[in-house]
Amino acid sequence: MNDTTAENILEVQGVVMAFGGLMALFKPDFKVKRGIIKAIIGPNGAGKTTLFNIITGFFTPTEGTVRFKGRSIKKFKTHEIAARGISRTFQTVELFGNMTVLENVMLGCHTRVPTSFMASGFRLPGAKRKEEEMRDRALNILKFIGLADKFEEPADNLPLGQQKMLEIGRALATEPELICLDEPAAGLNETETYVASSLIKAINAKGITVLLVEHDMKVIMNISDEIVVLNYGQKIAEGTPEAIRDNSTVIEAYLGSEA
Amino acid sequence: MLRIGKLPIALFAGFIIIFPWVAGKVPAIGNYTDIMVFVGIYCLITIGLGLLMGYAGQISVGQAAFYGIGAYVSAILTTRYGLNPWFCMFIAVLVTGTIAFLVGTPSLKLKGHYLAMATLAFGIIVFIIFNEEIQWTGGPDGMADIPGLSIFGFELDSIEKYFYLVWGFVFVILIFTINVIQSDAGRALRAIHTSEAAANSMGVNVSKFKVLVFVYSAILASLAGSLYAHYLNFINPSTFDLFFSIKLLIMIALGGMYNIWGAIIGAGIITFLSYEWLHYFEEFEVIVYGAILLVVTIFLPNGLVGLPGMLKELFVRQKSNE
Ligand SMILES: Nc1ncnc2c1ncn2[C@@H]1O[C@H](COP(=O)(O)OP(=O)(O)O)[C@@H](O)[C@H]1O
Ligand SMILES: [Mg+2]
Repeated sequence: MNDTTAENILEVQGVVMAFGGLMALFKPDFKVKRGIIKAIIGPNGAGKTTLFNIITGFFTPTEGTVRFKGRSIKKFKTHEIAARGISRTFQTVELFGNMTVLENVMLGCHTRVPTSFMASGFRLPGAKRKEEEMRDRALNILKFIGLADKFEEPADNLPLGQQKMLEIGRALATEPELICLDEPAAGLNETETYVASSLIKAINAKGITVLLVEHDMKVIMNISDEIVVLNYGQKIAEGTPEAIRDNSTVIEAYLGSEA
Repeated sequence: MLRIGKLPIALFAGFIIIFPWVAGKVPAIGNYTDIMVFVGIYCLITIGLGLLMGYAGQISVGQAAFYGIGAYVSAILTTRYGLNPWFCMFIAVLVTGTIAFLVGTPSLKLKGHYLAMATLAFGIIVFIIFNEEIQWTGGPDGMADIPGLSIFGFELDSIEKYFYLVWGFVFVILIFTINVIQSDAGRALRAIHTSEAAANSMGVNVSKFKVLVFVYSAILASLAGSLYAHYLNFINPSTFDLFFSIKLLIMIALGGMYNIWGAIIGAGIITFLSYEWLHYFEEFEVIVYGAILLVVTIFLPNGLVGLPGMLKELFVRQKSNE
């Protein structure tokens, strides 16, 4: 394998995250090639969400570095990382519940369209055109995720399946190069799960790299190109879905955690 | 959070324009124009505070201090240095804005209600300074002979003229603030109120926005303070004490913090209560405010502007029970 940074959009190296005495992550080194769907799996508490929080700048790791497009993200705050091209969804839905579906997606456009308090207050000429531009972009995304007819509903009124889709749509509005999805199929029924995995594949087909945390093994095996397995904050395996399926350490970790 | 149309603003403007004329005709409310000048001054503060509380989800217990800084900067610069009052008002805004930035930046970086703590402490300190720095502020005796305002040589020397000036300010600020609320900046503020984590990861610079709104609210309080000083021509520290900061919070709670009209309605009702209708209560006035705050927080979480919606919901539920 060729390891140039041009090929790896994300590199996680020597990352340690300690919460008091608890090691949530201990050096689960891995790289994500541009353009693939990479899954991160592991039992509850393995550190998957913590890893996302580090990649998106919510947590500063105790040790180690995360490189995005070859540059360490250490100096950047969450909103700056978003502007540089990493977007995410949340394990428990974090929509702006009292805002409409359309407004939720329009909010994602903040990374690409500068906001000014003064320009808005004085309603400067550019403000209206900017708003319409955002609206058009948001509507296009809603069509892509299949929620165009719900654009005026408050986000709280949607069923869980659609809320999860909307979170993905909102993340897409930031125009990410890497999207981190934290359990997008959790709590969904079979049809909704199918819709979600098709959507993830469609996003990937647009050239967006996907980092996917998910418990549904059918989804994982169907759509991911590579898998990293975490257990107690450490990487215990990495490889193609076929290789992971037959890996005895992985089977043990999963069976062990459920027994 | 609904879109605010042009009609309510136009109706409200009509009401304000004819108000002094009507009050002049009816002897029983002859002094109401004077009270409405204070309502306007307080509206400037509550519009900013409402934006901070209802949209950015932050509480300031120090608005009286910014109000006081505006008043004292104007008073000191005009009486001691003879500078133009409008210029002094502008300097006061710069001073207050800078102080708010310095107070707000560290406390708004943290999650939780640190701003409430910081502004509480700040308000108390500023109040002590007004009282103790006698060579500058005149101490508890206050400062007199603050000049009035004039526009291009036209003296605003009557209550009616000053009324129109103050309410002119209110309408400019009202429209500016509504524009902000209805733009992408307003959407960002509402998002911050619901989930800072999500707003942050959508690229919204959450701490910058919160500081910006706090500075804006402080600047409006400073403007109000300058207008107050030039209207009464006299100020003393007791106007700018902690209780006034709390009174402002009661105005917002009563009117409703999720709607800009709430800030105006709350300022109107509380001001008329304290200037006109609560005289007999004397020192028990405080109890009345306490009772208002208690009733509102328990029964009217969205304030008076939320009342129609609540009644409608109640009515619908009654209907469906029948
Ligand atoms: N903010 C936090 N403070 C303290 N402990 C945390 C925090 N976030 C996560 N943890 C702990 O880190 C471990 C990994 O959690 P998490 O990353 O949520 O696991 P996963 O997403 O794989 O289920 C858990 O033991 C969890 O309790
Ligand atoms: Mg998790």
